Amino acid sequence: MMENNCPILEVIDLSISFKTVSGQLKAIRGVNFSLEAGKTLAIVGESGSGKSVTVKTALGILSENEKVESGKILFHHQKEGKTTDILKLSKKQVVSQICGRRIAMVFQDPMMTLNPTMNIGKQVMEGIIKHQKLTRKEAYGKALELLKKVGITNSDKRMRSYPHELSGGMRQRVVIAIAMSCNPEILICDEPTTALDVTIQAKILELIKCIQLEKNIAVIYITHDMGVVAKVADDVAVMYAGKIVEQGTVEEIFYDPRHPYTRGLLSSIPDIDNPCDKLYSIPGTPPNLLNDIQGDAFAPRNQYALNIDFQQEPPVFKVSQTHTVASWLYHENAPKIDVYPQLSHRINNMLALSI
Amino acid sequence: MTDNDINEEEVLLRVNNLKLYFRNNQKFTTKAVDGVSFIIHKGETYGLVGESGSGKTTIGRSIIRIYTPDGGEVYFMGNEISGPMNKQKRKYIANNIQMIFQDPMASLNPRKKVSDIIAQGLDIHHQFKTKEERTEKIYAILEKVGLSREQANRYPHQFSGGQRQRIGIARAVIMNPKLIIADEAISALDVSIQAQIVNLLKKIQEELSTTYLFIAHDLTMVKYISDRIGVLHLGHLVETGTTEEIFGNPIHPYTKALLSAIPHPNPRIEKSRTIIDYDYESSGIDYGKGVSHFIDGQHYVLATEDELTEWTKYYYGTCKEGECK
Repeated sequence: MMENNCPILEVIDLSISFKTVSGQLKAIRGVNFSLEAGKTLAIVGESGSGKSVTVKTALGILSENEKVESGKILFHHQKEGKTTDILKLSKKQVVSQICGRRIAMVFQDPMMTLNPTMNIGKQVMEGIIKHQKLTRKEAYGKALELLKKVGITNSDKRMRSYPHELSGGMRQRVVIAIAMSCNPEILICDEPTTALDVTIQAKILELIKCIQLEKNIAVIYITHDMGVVAKVADDVAVMYAGKIVEQGTVEEIFYDPRHPYTRGLLSSIPDIDNPCDKLYSIPGTPPNLLNDIQGDAFAPRNQYALNIDFQQEPPVFKVSQTHTVASWLYHENAPKIDVYPQLSHRINNMLALSI
Repeated sequence: MTDNDINEEEVLLRVNNLKLYFRNNQKFTTKAVDGVSFIIHKGETYGLVGESGSGKTTIGRSIIRIYTPDGGEVYFMGNEISGPMNKQKRKYIANNIQMIFQDPMASLNPRKKVSDIIAQGLDIHHQFKTKEERTEKIYAILEKVGLSREQANRYPHQFSGGQRQRIGIARAVIMNPKLIIADEAISALDVSIQAQIVNLLKKIQEELSTTYLFIAHDLTMVKYISDRIGVLHLGHLVETGTTEEIFGNPIHPYTKALLSAIPHPNPRIEKSRTIIDYDYESSGIDYGKGVSHFIDGQHYVLATEDELTEWTKYYYGTCKEGECK
């Protein structure tokens, strides 16, 4: 992991479980990552792999049956030069110090996020009044400015509109304006464009990028769309069954994927430049986290799994300074197999195209 | 669309000037589908793409008669299936056209066993003689979609998203339909599961030579699965043609904008990609005035004469240099 630049958020050995009717569900099983100021980290993985739970914990949004087993989430205050462990704060402290103010979040469905009975202006002003202690008049001016910044035309009129009067793309812009209202240092985007059309998706991603460059904030994207990852990310963390299985820069993940899951994920996207007969699909389904997982969680779906994969959890191997992978295939005693010839062919094509 | 080259026997579905308006109130009417015509050949996959609100789902639902069209005709193998409904026509549609829906949890009755969900079509249309035959058919179809016999007695909530979509497919396929309308059938699934379902749909097509009307907004997947594509915008079919024609030589500005917005899973290209902007209101194009123009092969574009000359300038320019036929 990169330590040369100062990280703003560090998640260390985080484990979370849910108490359910059918037993203890281990949603997160030891997650480590760090986020640098001004950088973009994309967390990819299947639904149920624990992407959202990880970041929601950092915001103190825990559900009733959720329990943090171990770990730390360290937030480094850049200006004050001190460090807080978010998990040690009380719920009230998280809400007043972190949530919205330092870390803001944009959710998937803007219609669910916005209050349908409040007008847009009121919703944007809400956070400003709460966190920045401004008067209503000052807050109104600031909200107007924010709406203009996120590209909402006629913002004077829009302040009085209700969410249902806006289109999906406009609503997501409002949500981004609300998230940016308190100048957070980290912006978390949980599938920000899944509910939007491709044409609008690109515009929203560009808007977030633009804001990021202007304010030098760190952004975490949670997504399963590899196209979005390729567009926005600096670093990528691939999650599977509550663990980060591979981590690296965006080029390392796309051009030199190491973990069989990452390779499978990249292979299963149809290749738009070179049509092929059959789409590669990862066999099987994700494991049930209610059961104890022995060894590598991906082993049952991995056709090249070694014996040890079923017995012992793989340690994290370093491929390069920035690239880590958790798979027994990279142990020095593991047999060298060049798998996924189709994928390597495709990566060569991709590299050839982009030069 | 009048074309003499097309063999009438090869045409499975012919949609002619289909119109469907939703009356919001006395003053406003939403023209969800406004004069759409296309044909689907036997055994092919026709992809309908467009942004939300372009009317793709409405077209699918009008064909299978969840909605009653306000105008136009739909012919299935030469028989008209639009117009007033009667018992016979409804039965004809149900036996020949089936639908797969987007959200597999919402489209499966949570209080029914999987075997009963799958066999519902058989039960309604009395397509079995004995109980054994019914069970046999259920088991055969479960195996076909990659589920096991033991799972027949479970309930939908006991399955994962991908498995539920397999149940949705089984329910459609058991009726032996000639046409399956897949309305965003893979949009709600994870990438790795999407690939499984797409492969399954292709396998079924090979075995039973089913025809698909594949409605989606994910252009990468549509390109992969479709033989021909129709691009919809605001209730108008702006461009249609084979996959190669649409992706290789898009003519309509909306199609160009749509194709330029496809995300590439290639960071170096993606970071420098430019997106063509398209705004209907400021573009000066009036879809209502346009007529379907024949371009090449099976390629048609909705345009007026002037628009077409302007858009195809570049295309014919390259033609002279001998780069295309």
